[in-house]
Amino acid sequence: MSRNGPLALAYHTLFVAFMLAPILVVCFVAFTPEGYLSFPTDRWSLRWFYAIAQYPEFISAFWRSLWLGAISSAIAVGISVPAALAIARYRFPGREAVTALFMSPLMIPHLVLGIAFLRFFTQIGLGGTFTGLVLSHIVVVIPFALRLTLASAVGLDRSIEHAAVSLGATESVVLRRITLPLVLPGLVSGWALAFINSFDEVTMTVFIAAPGTETLPVRMFLYIQDNIDPLVTSVSACVIAITVVALVLLDRAFGLERMLVGRNANHGR
Amino acid sequence: MKAAPYLLCLPALVLFAGVVIVPLAMTVLLSFHDWGQYKGIEPVFILKNWQEVLGDSYFHEMFARTFRIAFFVTLLAAVFGAPEAYILNRMRSPWRGIFLLMILGPLLISVVARTLGWALLFGGNSGLVNKALMGMGLIAAPLPFMFTETGIVVALAHVLMPYMVLAVWASLQRLDPQIENAAVALGAGPFTVLRRIVLPQVMPGILSGAVIVFALAASAFATPAIIGGRRLKVASTLAYDEFLNTLNWPLGAAVAVLLLLALIGIVWGANRLVERRYAQVFA
Repeated sequence: MSRNGPLALAYHTLFVAFMLAPILVVCFVAFTPEGYLSFPTDRWSLRWFYAIAQYPEFISAFWRSLWLGAISSAIAVGISVPAALAIARYRFPGREAVTALFMSPLMIPHLVLGIAFLRFFTQIGLGGTFTGLVLSHIVVVIPFALRLTLASAVGLDRSIEHAAVSLGATESVVLRRITLPLVLPGLVSGWALAFINSFDEVTMTVFIAAPGTETLPVRMFLYIQDNIDPLVTSVSACVIAITVVALVLLDRAFGLERMLVGRNANHGR
Repeated sequence: MKAAPYLLCLPALVLFAGVVIVPLAMTVLLSFHDWGQYKGIEPVFILKNWQEVLGDSYFHEMFARTFRIAFFVTLLAAVFGAPEAYILNRMRSPWRGIFLLMILGPLLISVVARTLGWALLFGGNSGLVNKALMGMGLIAAPLPFMFTETGIVVALAHVLMPYMVLAVWASLQRLDPQIENAAVALGAGPFTVLRRIVLPQVMPGILSGAVIVFALAASAFATPAIIGGRRLKVASTLAYDEFLNTLNWPLGAAVAVLLLLALIGIVWGANRLVERRYAQVFA
């Protein structure tokens, strides 16, 4: 394979700078010692990180986002595993339609989902509740959970299960001791990708979260709409730091490329 | 045994029927309801909201702005993202993974944090972007980025760029490097190889990336809301206003449903076009 020329590498450098610039700027400004937005020039300060402690609404929103992501992703994976096994193993009428339906939250704009959930939850008395948030987040993260569990279910070698059956294992033993452990990596990476997407979701959540059930991105968004000050940059810097750590860990464990491109992702379509 | 796959899908099917299909149907219905300042939402069947959305020049302008922004974001993403995916693909092992992580990673970082970064970079007339552009001698006077369409386009292009790189990257993985080598062996220059060999093969990837980027750009909310401010409205921020400030839910629902229908039409049409144009590639 031929190498990249100097021109290509110069372009690449500019491109990477473009991609990282806004993220790095937020992290730099967060360390300003001043009371206004500025770059720390001669000295750095953690005052705006300490200041977060004075704003309990950010702290409580952070914990809410964490729980919301963990719970809704776990339920989404729990629902996705049987569906993935059905789609991977059976050829049944409506299989394509069912897969398309489960993947549809990727296609429907989150704005439309947010509006639909706001109307629906207000009508059935779940408006502005944590239960409503969980239900809506399960729906939007299911495609991520399903894609990765489906990829591992499709790649599963069925002869191992047949071997277990021929050695006298019952159906439940096969499921518990063979099938589930084999799809476990897909399950865990599916949960992780679902969690990150739930943790970052803002467009839909901004419609259904009420004061008291705001998630961290929603809290940040509403704060920025009023004014931009160093406090919100330090909160964002914390979010960026957490995401980067999670990203590197995920990349080490599963390979980010495989998770995002989903090599077997198109199999069910 | 015939019922097994349906039973396995049952939990997800129940969830989607109850929490996706019913709310979406309710929203379509909502767009036909009446609303008044004092009477609130009246569950009647009228076309008032649709007549307003389809007939009023304010809405025409707003939808035109929404799709204009989405078009330029898609163009920027394709023009800059596709070459980068190609360069990435030619990199050697450790660098390839590291830079792929750097370029795709932002996809998973909060869109609010990324947009905040652009708001800081644009920041009025003294923003870093203007300083850099003037320092390079590209512009004489500072350009307005905050509260303008240009600003929204640049920030959204950054937010959605990873999707384009991802789509082109995926199509590059299917490309046989031996074809490029054969072209070189037959005397083709590097630009001929790019234009005649690589580009036609990654075109389906660019087009599918473009469809994704366009759909996401036309319905993006946080970025146009923060960079565009309260006055420069696109479809999503207008719908948000109707729902949470004016409280005219039926009108907001009509805007959202129209956006959804327009996107479905555009995505479906584009996919048909791609399939017809590249039928021989997929066959």
